[in-house]
Amino acid sequence: MSTSSYAIHDSATMLRRQLLHIVRYPGMTFGVLLIPVFMLLIFRYVFGATLGAGLGGGTGGYINYLTPGIIVLAVTSSSVSTAVSVNTDMTEGIINRFRTMPIARVSVLTGHVLGSVIQTLAASVVITALAVAFGFRPGASVAGWLGAIALVVLVSFACTWVSVALGLLARNTESASNYPLPLALLPFLGSAFIPAQAMAPGLRWFSEYQPFTSIIDTMRSLLLGTPAGSKPLIACAWCAGLAAAGYLCARVLFNRGATTARSR
Amino acid sequence: MTQQNQGLAVAASGLRKSFGDKVVLDGVALTIAEGTIFALLGPNGAGKTTTVQILSTLIPADAGEARVAGHDVRAEPDLVRAAIGVTGQFAAVDNLLTGTENLMLMADLSHLDRREGRRRAAELLEEFELTDAAGKPAMTFSGGMRRRLDLAMTLMLRPRILFLDEPTAGLDPRSRRRMWQIVRDLVAAGTTVFLTTQYLEEADELADRIAVLDNGRLVAEGTADELKRLVPGGHVRLRFAGPDELAAAAGVLAGASPDAEALTLRVPGDGSAKSLRALLDQLEARSIETATLTVHTPDLDDVFLALTGHSGPGAEGPGNEGPVNEGEPR
Repeated sequence: MSTSSYAIHDSATMLRRQLLHIVRYPGMTFGVLLIPVFMLLIFRYVFGATLGAGLGGGTGGYINYLTPGIIVLAVTSSSVSTAVSVNTDMTEGIINRFRTMPIARVSVLTGHVLGSVIQTLAASVVITALAVAFGFRPGASVAGWLGAIALVVLVSFACTWVSVALGLLARNTESASNYPLPLALLPFLGSAFIPAQAMAPGLRWFSEYQPFTSIIDTMRSLLLGTPAGSKPLIACAWCAGLAAAGYLCARVLFNRGATTARSR
Repeated sequence: MTQQNQGLAVAASGLRKSFGDKVVLDGVALTIAEGTIFALLGPNGAGKTTTVQILSTLIPADAGEARVAGHDVRAEPDLVRAAIGVTGQFAAVDNLLTGTENLMLMADLSHLDRREGRRRAAELLEEFELTDAAGKPAMTFSGGMRRRLDLAMTLMLRPRILFLDEPTAGLDPRSRRRMWQIVRDLVAAGTTVFLTTQYLEEADELADRIAVLDNGRLVAEGTADELKRLVPGGHVRLRFAGPDELAAAAGVLAGASPDAEALTLRVPGDGSAKSLRALLDQLEARSIETATLTVHTPDLDDVFLALTGHSGPGAEGPGNEGPVNEGEPR
């Protein structure tokens, strides 16, 4: 019964539901924006001059360095809202309704993923516009902008599948909002604010090899129009890996059966 | 689909389920004829919800077989799902969506034409008295409204077999009666209803057949009348002014069991006007004064007590070992 056309139809229905949630509950989107906007302000106006001088480019230069990292931060900080909304679905009983209907099961999750990607794209647009207002001067070509958009979609897709899995894993909303925190914090330990070379040796090693450094560096070269080297390939590989791992875990967790907790 | 399953909405045998080392279902067998209301009656933790979850393809049984709408729940879950609707004890509505949007979500997921979906949604909102709330988010609804929206969402799918897991738990008496009427109307229109309840009154009121589930086992099954016949029949209780009258009456009436403390005498009888007159005539003939007389017909509370050794499940809160309820005359 679950032919692929049903899967697409049902996913579209679930996406519509998710978009309605975003519209009905704008607090969640503001929550997604809060940390990146706060970081943008702090690092632009509080630490900007010092860090910029340290990197050898003045404040005008530092916001150019900073903004791509903030955009990636916006992507990862939305994982918290995804995990919470997946978990809410699982604990509110509506999921059991979906499970007893002849629909493509994966559509419940793809609805979340697609909704999240769209929400994150919108958040990235807001962040970029704010950054431009604060002095960000991107030097990207049209291809660079398209590449940046594609990268946001890709990273968001990967992070969302991971957070869907985390949302399914969590027993309650509190843990669902805590589990994705390491993911949301990874960009801080990457090249979002300062290059890996400027870090202490142990951290520097971690920073160089963790996924978000290559992702942020790729975003930076796309937006500033600077050469990227092998970073885009590594970034894409990380995204594909995270997405696949997240998807597989999510599928296993989702099929684990009805929430056994309230089975009597 | 086989010959023997013709006309059966549900046919299950040997259903077993354990969560960890707790045995929840210990070999349950059920058959439900199409177009009837079946009530699974039992206290909290008896395994009612688990039974519904297995039959509605939500969780697999550890052992046993179940066919719903002619399809094996394990082998052909999607064919079963296409035939059923489930409304659980926790309202499964989307809190952020409005009444109409919730119903349209169901219309879209059942691949209904959007215009047809809209028409049916309006119809159900009207029928369930939710029209005023149609444009408001479900999180603003009262408990009774949420239950009705929940059921309306299930009915968008036009299920042939409807599972209702404790549909009236926590509802006020008025909402409960409304729900009962809705269920009766559905069955009149040809739907099969599988109902779980811990209210004896509800099972008595609605169900064609009742099965009593206790600790994962069916302890009885039949119509309400058949079940009532399982327990010692009705009786008449006479109360006397003093022990002398009680003793005198006990000596006269056959099969009577006196209670010296309460000054009452329990006499077997069906409570018909004729038997009562005969009883009173006997006492009258010997000038024995009777203070009060009550007639007790057996109800499902007695059945439950007799079958499970503990009092009716709906009497008090969960896990209550409360006093044995003798049951008031009805």
